[in-house]
Amino acid sequence: MNPADDTLVAGSAGSFPGRADPLLEAQARRVRWFAILAAGASALLLVLGAAVGSLGWEPLWDGSEAARAIVWDIRVPRSLGAWLAGALLGLAGALAQGLFRNPLADPYLMGSSTGAAFGVALLLVALGAAPGTATGAFAQLGLTGAGFLGAMAAVLLTLVLARGVQHTLRLLLAGVIVGVVFGALAALVMLWEPEVLRAMQAFLLGTTGLLGWTGALLLAAMLVLVLVAAVALSPALDALALGESAAASLGLPLASVRLGLVGAIALATGAAVAQVGLIAFAGLVAPHIVRSAVRPTHRALLLLSTLAGGLLLLAADVLSRWMLAPRELPVGVLTALLGGAYLLWLMHRRAA
Amino acid sequence: MRAMTPAFSASALRVALAGREVLQGIDLSLPQGRWTAVVGPNGAGKTTLLKALAHLLPAQGRIELLGRPAREWGSRERARALAWLGQGQEAGAEDLRAWDVAMLGRMPHRPWLSAPTAADHASVEEAMRRTQCWDWRARPLGQLSGGERQRVLLARALAVGAPVLLMDEPLANLDPPHQADVLALVRRHVAAGGTAITVLHELTLALRADDLLVVDGGRVLHHGATGDAATHEAVQRVFAGRIRVHALDRHWVALPDA
Repeated sequence: MNPADDTLVAGSAGSFPGRADPLLEAQARRVRWFAILAAGASALLLVLGAAVGSLGWEPLWDGSEAARAIVWDIRVPRSLGAWLAGALLGLAGALAQGLFRNPLADPYLMGSSTGAAFGVALLLVALGAAPGTATGAFAQLGLTGAGFLGAMAAVLLTLVLARGVQHTLRLLLAGVIVGVVFGALAALVMLWEPEVLRAMQAFLLGTTGLLGWTGALLLAAMLVLVLVAAVALSPALDALALGESAAASLGLPLASVRLGLVGAIALATGAAVAQVGLIAFAGLVAPHIVRSAVRPTHRALLLLSTLAGGLLLLAADVLSRWMLAPRELPVGVLTALLGGAYLLWLMHRRAA
Repeated sequence: MRAMTPAFSASALRVALAGREVLQGIDLSLPQGRWTAVVGPNGAGKTTLLKALAHLLPAQGRIELLGRPAREWGSRERARALAWLGQGQEAGAEDLRAWDVAMLGRMPHRPWLSAPTAADHASVEEAMRRTQCWDWRARPLGQLSGGERQRVLLARALAVGAPVLLMDEPLANLDPPHQADVLALVRRHVAAGGTAITVLHELTLALRADDLLVVDGGRVLHHGATGDAATHEAVQRVFAGRIRVHALDRHWVALPDA
């Protein structure tokens, strides 16, 4: 034994007082408040969304069958779908920021956005699309499928190029490369077949105008699926935040965790992009809104980012219909403006 | 030395990182119930050795933890037997509260997704009080200074309650009083029958351990008790005679040789 021992052994023993800890409870309370407020605001906006139409604010109910049809068949699924798509993007954003351990990560990072754009562009060319034909129900379903498949193909290609999920940095770089290449391919298709340009523009800017009940239901099913997976993976994200060595030393199977995360991000993003196009910034900003208010562990962060993303896109959707009614702003332009302004504000507040 | 299974034994241990062979055939046996400090110049392979022992790197050769080959350990079971404290990797945890970070140490003990039990709460509080970071349990890691953050990370490692503690530069960013506190923690862990392996580049602090493992160029140069003249000799040799070990009070100190 080292003779210096007895100088070192003098330490203080811990004590174990009572249970309820006000310092730690404050966090749980903030999480509850955020959830209640975000859910309440979402409900309010859903009602607004059902009431805002091409003439601006309209009474929700005037008794006529036509009004009922407009509210029930068009505005309600559109508002609901906007919320769900935003929720998926917010959730995917929080997952991506946890996986890449980078607050600037967004859900499109693995190439899914431009992959979807390329898929949609290809299908439009195949359909010989004049803008009119692309809005039919069948074409709409086909476009959704093409967007989803394009997004999945891009993520799979990213996985192949990164040679699996062993290195997060390699995954990130491969994703950036795939994103750029698919973006270039989509642009090339548009250059060669300029007639798809108009139909593509709505997709590239992001639009909630094409959402129907089918789309909303698909989004809802996907949200449930991804949310379950996300909550199951949430403790792993907390551990990953301490670094890969620390996470592995805690007994986490890192490879399967990463694969699960990549799958969840890809499904959530693919589903959302397929329905509403390339909504800018919603997935990046939603987790930041949560963190600036709460700073929770990942389980709560994922759930609250889902709520915040839904709220954000629904708010943008309602605004886009109402601001210039009867004309409509593309919702993606609004999310880019709102999200960009918010990030800028956050940046300056942090720097101060 | 006690006649029990060693905490770690390794033979012909080789690790290559990015095509470079960082560990070049290491044979060692680190006893239980003692504190071993790994020392050596920069780039000697100290951190890599520690990671290989913790099964965190793909390695060639044989590694046994507590007498069982590495591959026979289940990952959760191993996580309960061996706690790891790395350095400077927690950049993604800025928003986690100190308490949340420490609670991660209980992960190997908890069923997946279950709420922490009273025992988990007690271990976390004890670990945080021992590293004196209980007072800022509700503060996010990103708002703590380097030394405060290090104490939280240390509490996370202690909260595992593992018999074997592996720590890479646990004293980084700590001021002298807190360095002494951490050394005392390690000493208490060992006095209670635990094992500690630490990488320490500060030689005078490393000389507080029971044994020194002197590493250079991916090989073990010497393994012996800190008080031995042969160990001091090896330390002076590995640093090319630029330092000298002196006896001061009841401690050993290493000073640059003018």
